[in-house]
Amino acid sequence: MNNNTHEVPQEPVRVATVRNVTKVYRLGGQDVKALAGVSLEFKQGDFVAIMGSSGSGKSTLLNLLGCLDRPTTGHYLLGGHDVATLSDEDLSRVRGRYLGFVFQSYNLIQQLSVVENIMVPLSYQTPIRPDGRELSTKLATLVGLAGRLDHRPSQLSGGQQQRVAIARALVNNPHVILADEPTGNLDTATSNEIMDLLDVLNHTGRTIVMVTHEPDIAERAKTVITLRDGLIQSVEQNQT
Amino acid sequence: MNVIQQLKLGFRSLMLHKLRSALAVLGILIGVTAVIWLVAMGEGVSYQAQQQIKELGATSIIIRTIKPSEEANSDSGSRSGIAYGLLRSDYDRIITNVPTILSAVPMREISRDVRRDEFAVSAQVIGCTPEYFPINRLPVVRGRPLAASDLRGLENVVVLAHDVAERLFPIQDPLGRAIQIGTEFYVVVGIAQDRTAAAAIGGSFSARQYNRDVYIPLSTFRKRIGDRVITVRGGTFQNETIELNQITAVVDDVASVDTSADIIRALLSRYHKTLDYAVVVPKELLEQAETLRMMFNVLLLLIAGISLVVGGIGIMNIMLATVTERTREIGIRRALGATKGEIVQQFLWETVVLSGTGGLLGVAVGFLCGPTVEGVRLVIESFMPDVWSTLPSTIHQLEPRLAPWSIVAAFGISVGVGIVFGIYPAQRAANMDPIEALRHE
Repeated sequence: MNNNTHEVPQEPVRVATVRNVTKVYRLGGQDVKALAGVSLEFKQGDFVAIMGSSGSGKSTLLNLLGCLDRPTTGHYLLGGHDVATLSDEDLSRVRGRYLGFVFQSYNLIQQLSVVENIMVPLSYQTPIRPDGRELSTKLATLVGLAGRLDHRPSQLSGGQQQRVAIARALVNNPHVILADEPTGNLDTATSNEIMDLLDVLNHTGRTIVMVTHEPDIAERAKTVITLRDGLIQSVEQNQT
Repeated sequence: MNVIQQLKLGFRSLMLHKLRSALAVLGILIGVTAVIWLVAMGEGVSYQAQQQIKELGATSIIIRTIKPSEEANSDSGSRSGIAYGLLRSDYDRIITNVPTILSAVPMREISRDVRRDEFAVSAQVIGCTPEYFPINRLPVVRGRPLAASDLRGLENVVVLAHDVAERLFPIQDPLGRAIQIGTEFYVVVGIAQDRTAAAAIGGSFSARQYNRDVYIPLSTFRKRIGDRVITVRGGTFQNETIELNQITAVVDDVASVDTSADIIRALLSRYHKTLDYAVVVPKELLEQAETLRMMFNVLLLLIAGISLVVGGIGIMNIMLATVTERTREIGIRRALGATKGEIVQQFLWETVVLSGTGGLLGVAVGFLCGPTVEGVRLVIESFMPDVWSTLPSTIHQLEPRLAPWSIVAAFGISVGVGIVFGIYPAQRAANMDPIEALRHE
């Protein structure tokens, strides 16, 4: 697995495959089926929006895609691993190596500066990259925060914080960027800026999977998958 | 991340709550300081005792007259008074029968006012032989010590202790001048070296105030002052007859001290119906003092250890609060690739920063032990002289001695306490479900 280069291969390759996955929770002695059998395939350069009403299973699917949880049955292949069989420690390693996260509420670490926040995923990689700080500075510049490298999250606006989060999601050169309602806390103008940034990243070959409930945000993706009652209801290709 | 980065990160995380972290540090600081101070004071006290015992000499045996208990001599208690204590014949028996004894000095002592013109001091008059000075390692710095000829001729000569000489002769040179003890006049022939009093060793021995002594030949003492001591106490006369107050013997080797002491005990017991003497072996006292010191240290460590554990509980409390508060951060880090082990590490480093800072500051304050004791002493002495005078000499003279091992131990224990009490909060942080943690507000 050569993931240390920032060059993106030209032909679309499969980066993640979900095969007939189910997830069952036990709630108050009753089994609740959050996912009832979902199969998906993500290729290099995909930009997928997952939609669905609350309770449709989209959060559960995102948690599974993010390797934060294991499926009850089925398989999830990511970077050559079957996530369903991995130990907790290996799950951590897979997250750190193949995934980038962008959250609705930015989730920056308050006591760290912009550059340090971007560097956090690198501190859990072995061997440690000696050029981590330079790379982080470069990414901060890329997302338009060149003048705020040493600012704390509390000194930044929501849009700026989300840019830091996006830079952080890029720093480990992930196979897939997972975005959970990335514009949920932002006004329309800032939302558009963030979506523009994700567009740019997608055009440079990044694979992005985004959960949203806003149709106009979902429209910016290439593919929109709608979930209902733990099953895929529809898959639509957007015109670009 | 390397150690320095971990420490930096820990420090910055703790700076999120400065007061709370400072209080946790304070808890450890007090614990570490307590260990260092208590051990230093304990060492100081035992050092005093050991110095005094060493002054007596490891090869010496001290036989002292002690007043027998009231019941023991009730039959002899009459108008003629009581006679007790060491006899001149005891001295002869000891030096002739104990082959290991190199030299010995018999002593007789009594409190008397010593006068010279308008000057007077209350002094301890000691009748002794010339051996007294070498055996007690008390050099005569001016003039000469007592001589054998003084004893033979029952001369009225006196060697003054340093303080007595200064009080009686503030200006003139005392050598060759006369002083008065009771009704008799004595010529000053020598002045002994200044020697500060050693503190008493608990019970068996009272402190020797060398500086209040005046030394006269033993034979002169017997002739001019005599064996009989009459004191008036509570309106009744107390009539006591004592031949010798003390015999100090020096043996040839440390190894033969115990055997020689046994022989002396056996010799004396045959001629004394009541136990009106005590055989004191400084070497034994030294060993006892050493044992006592170790027990004392263990006790102090125990007390100090308790205070460190209390400090550790403070740290645990704060780390538990921190972990709950930073649930979100833990979730973020887990999502970004941190394993449970790495989360444990992060929080353990944080507690190490807390306890290590407390430890270092505690060691720093520990070094202030000496000046602090000095300061407290000065305050009591100048503002509460009444209280000061009632305090025992051990406290007057207490010099805390910093023990290097206590500094190392205190610091080590504090860091250890940090780790032990940090494990549970760190585990708790690591075992959080990342999904739940990310959802935490």
